[in-house]
Amino acid sequence: MTIPAILAENLGRTFGDKVAIKNVNLKIPSGEVYGLLGPNGAGKSTIVRILCTLLMPTQGRARVAGYDVATDPMAVRLRIGAALQSTAIDGLQTGREMLALQAQLYGISSGVAQKRIAELEALVDLGKDFDKRVSTYSGGMKRRLDIAIAMLHRPPMLFLDEPTTGLDPRSRQQMWDEVRRLNKELGVTILLTTQYLEEADSLAHRIGIINDGGVVSEGSPRELKRLVRDDIVVANVQGDAVAVESRLADIRGVKSLTVTGDRIEARVSDGAQAIGSVAIGIQQAGLTLNDITLRTPTLDDVFMELTGAHMNKEVGHEPVR
Amino acid sequence: MSLSADASPGVATNVDAERFGVDPELRPRDQSFIRDVLIIARRSIRQLPREPEAVFPALLIPVFFMAVNIGSLEKLTESALAIDYKAFQLPVGIVFAVTGISRGASLVADLNSGYFDRLLMTPVSRLALLIGTMAADFVLVALMTLPVLCLGFIVGVGFHNGVLGFLVFVGISALWGMVFPGFTYAIAFKTASPAAVASATILFFPFAFLTTTFLPKDQLNGTLDAVATVNPVTYILEALRSLLTEDWNMSAIGPALLAIGVVGILSIGLALTALKGRVSRN
Ligand SMILES: Nc1ncnc2c1ncn2[C@@H]1O[C@H](COP(=O)(O)OP(=O)(O)O)[C@@H](O)[C@H]1O
Ligand SMILES: [Mg+2]
Repeated sequence: MTIPAILAENLGRTFGDKVAIKNVNLKIPSGEVYGLLGPNGAGKSTIVRILCTLLMPTQGRARVAGYDVATDPMAVRLRIGAALQSTAIDGLQTGREMLALQAQLYGISSGVAQKRIAELEALVDLGKDFDKRVSTYSGGMKRRLDIAIAMLHRPPMLFLDEPTTGLDPRSRQQMWDEVRRLNKELGVTILLTTQYLEEADSLAHRIGIINDGGVVSEGSPRELKRLVRDDIVVANVQGDAVAVESRLADIRGVKSLTVTGDRIEARVSDGAQAIGSVAIGIQQAGLTLNDITLRTPTLDDVFMELTGAHMNKEVGHEPVR
Repeated sequence: MSLSADASPGVATNVDAERFGVDPELRPRDQSFIRDVLIIARRSIRQLPREPEAVFPALLIPVFFMAVNIGSLEKLTESALAIDYKAFQLPVGIVFAVTGISRGASLVADLNSGYFDRLLMTPVSRLALLIGTMAADFVLVALMTLPVLCLGFIVGVGFHNGVLGFLVFVGISALWGMVFPGFTYAIAFKTASPAAVASATILFFPFAFLTTTFLPKDQLNGTLDAVATVNPVTYILEALRSLLTEDWNMSAIGPALLAIGVVGILSIGLALTALKGRVSRN
């Protein structure tokens, strides 16, 4: 029997009257990349901060690397690295100084530290800026430095709270590559949180969908998408689709419908069969059909299915690379 | 899978040592408190020359006050009271230079950037996070006295007791400058608010002015004299002045050390309480 890297049982946290998370159960085996996917305010950071020993749970308990975060925080701290939501950097130090200081705080001898910093230097890809003050770094540079600092003491597990929020596409790609490398080459167990559907989809072995303080579903991206058994017919139209929404909903085969502007998304059980009647129904409702396509469910559809709301309007339609 | 509830803390139940092992290069247990303090202090001191704007006004103010006070009151006091007014004012400049300047703003920045959380996730001693910062303050305020002292030398103030007198002078100044910001740190840990910490500088005014800033204590009126009696700065000034003009005078130096001790117990006590709240994870 092996110990899971992360085990949370009935974990809960309140701030005064405010329930931040409740009844969270997680069991993450060693070597896994686990994604906590949820909108702003869902409780992602609260979970991460409890697991990183920065916050006490008010309910339930959690073990990281087999150690209880509440009663044995120091044993946990030595075994984890974390890059939290606010990049924890000190603008007045250089990247190199921040790494050296981190090594000192863990009691790593300066010889070993120098070797490691030299190795990490290539990874953080800062070039000459490595010896410049961190306040001059871009968002992507700060994030990369943040992760290098988190990994300096070679922890077997890493927490990343929204590692790519606010990053440009290139920096995001770089971050994804680094997450995959840490997991594949070094076997690091990674818990990451994200609001980006495609980030969870492409990085995580398993995803926990979190909404309103609770994990509402969990599984591999493929398993989760299977929760939505339907296909989705997407139509772009001319005319006031919102005005005829109820007529559209009555089209045979349509289970549910979302209309946003001139875009209609209809959930149907069998796409190939229903697409024709949807096209006809749209025209009968007095709209002009520009194009109509069929797609399989995304994680956003899963989130919709589970919670009745889109996760996040902007990120729902972010471009796929 | 269930982990037995009675597993004793510190012992992971059935941990796969290979997978969750601690990096063998980590030596947190060898880390002494003093080492932690030095690491934190060094980082804090390294920041100093990188934000001169945080120190510069604190250097200008005492020089300005010394110039104005001496310029306007020297003739009057020297004829009426027969005191060496330059030696009387130099300690005022010193107190102005060292009272209230601290790394408090930088601590608040750490609290808000998440860097403080990063420190808390390392094995570093929590107490060292405060003490290391205060040690940096000690160095900072000791350095702050030097330009003011230079100015004093230039206008002809000397040390009555040689090098040792000089060192005791700087030591008392720096000790005072180190304990006073304990209040600022208490506010910083409690609120993490830059505005609240900035407003703590107001504390400077009663301490710096409700005392023998301009004239000796026997010249103050009843109310101000009463306030000055309970103001620790009165005793600091008394001790510093004695070091400039008299032989070793323990009846001046003793009360200053006592005043520093009392303020230190209060301010550091408050700071420690606030630090405890900050690291309690609640
Ligand atoms: N220190 C705190 N005090 C009060 N409420 C908090 C605190 N931290 C988080 N919350 C609340 O808990 C909920 C979850 O927050 P958080 O874990 O930060 O969500 P996420 O990271 O998913 O955006 C939010 O409603 C937030 O306002
Ligand atoms: Mg968050």
